[in-house]
Amino acid sequence: MKTLNPQQILVWLSEVYDPEIPVLSLPDLGVIRRVEVDGKTVMIELTPTFVGCPALDVMQGDIRTTLARHGLTDVQITVSFETPWTSDRISEKGRQSLRAFGISPPGKGNLIPDLAILEYCPCPRCGSIETELRNIFGSTPCRSIHFCLRCREPFEQFKPL
Amino acid sequence: MNDPAIKDLLYRIADDLLIIGHRNSEWTGIGPVLEEDIAFSSMAQDQIGQSLALYNLLHELGESDPDTLGFMRNADAFRNCIFTELPNGEYDFSLVRHFLFDTAMMVRFESLCLSRWKPLADLAVKVQAELVYHLLHANTLITKLGTGTPESISRLQRSIDYGLPYALGIFEATEYDDEIGRRQLCDFESVLQLRWQHRVEEIIGRTALVLPPWTSLLPVCGGRSGIHSEHMQPLIEEMTEVFRSDVDQEW
Repeated sequence: MKTLNPQQILVWLSEVYDPEIPVLSLPDLGVIRRVEVDGKTVMIELTPTFVGCPALDVMQGDIRTTLARHGLTDVQITVSFETPWTSDRISEKGRQSLRAFGISPPGKGNLIPDLAILEYCPCPRCGSIETELRNIFGSTPCRSIHFCLRCREPFEQFKPL
Repeated sequence: MNDPAIKDLLYRIADDLLIIGHRNSEWTGIGPVLEEDIAFSSMAQDQIGQSLALYNLLHELGESDPDTLGFMRNADAFRNCIFTELPNGEYDFSLVRHFLFDTAMMVRFESLCLSRWKPLADLAVKVQAELVYHLLHANTLITKLGTGTPESISRLQRSIDYGLPYALGIFEATEYDDEIGRRQLCDFESVLQLRWQHRVEEIIGRTALVLPPWTSLLPVCGGRSGIHSEHMQPLIEEMTEVFRSDVDQEW
């Protein structure tokens, strides 16, 4: 077996998806803060998108299952709020995946969300900016609900945070 | 680590969030419109999650595990303010409480972002970002309904008049207030209260609603020392019913 390194672990972690958005891998979501390897022990530090995100427990289980498939059973996962997650941590690939899944990706640049920023949200299907904000809360803590005036269909946005 | 001042601070905030989170969750499935059903349910989820993070900090300081803290204490061990345990009533009261309470939470968490106790400051940065959404929701609806129809205005006014003395109980100082302020763990309650009053005035000033003079109000206190209203025990019984039905079960 070749020597383990954090880069290899990250490649394997890209097989683990957000249980609520199954097209977005954990590295693309930006919740993996640190990966360290010590012999056969892997230490992973996670930072949650929202403090009360119920997906966090599922993610930890999925990480263990996935790494076990690659022969790693000694996995230590810690959750940290140091340097908190912001939506800027979602990678460019992650943003494309979100759009393809029908969720508008968040705007970039450490935004302090206000109504103007939330309301400007291109439709992930047709790209129109003629959309309306319907609810700043949605089906999960990280999503808001919008309506496209061109498609006449509702859609969701991954909220800037 | 035995640091009674930090524990006092953590218990007050965590218990506030758990109890208001439970109350907000009671709107799930019965909100007046679907959007508000989702909004109150989402805020409940945020708040219960935030209380869990704070109970985890307490656990790291040697207190019991979060499930025990949340679900196995008697009413008189809870340190939430009485405001949070009041029944939801009609939607107007829930909305007014959400506005008054989350404005107070924002003021408190802004202060906690600068706390000298780093684990709390780290968490506060995160919580504060989530509170931005709660206040966007509260301020939008208070402004809309507070300038709406005679009925919406009079309903909100009635809830404000009823709720304000309880809301002042958020800032009931404990015996650790002085130490907490001096060690810069959090600002003094009196300082937070003044900031809160200014923000409440600013939003209410955009509406047809009227605030009574602050000095005319008698704060309803007691919660911070475990003296609760008659509503607390039934709330705890309902909140913990499933957990108590099989304490050793892994959920």
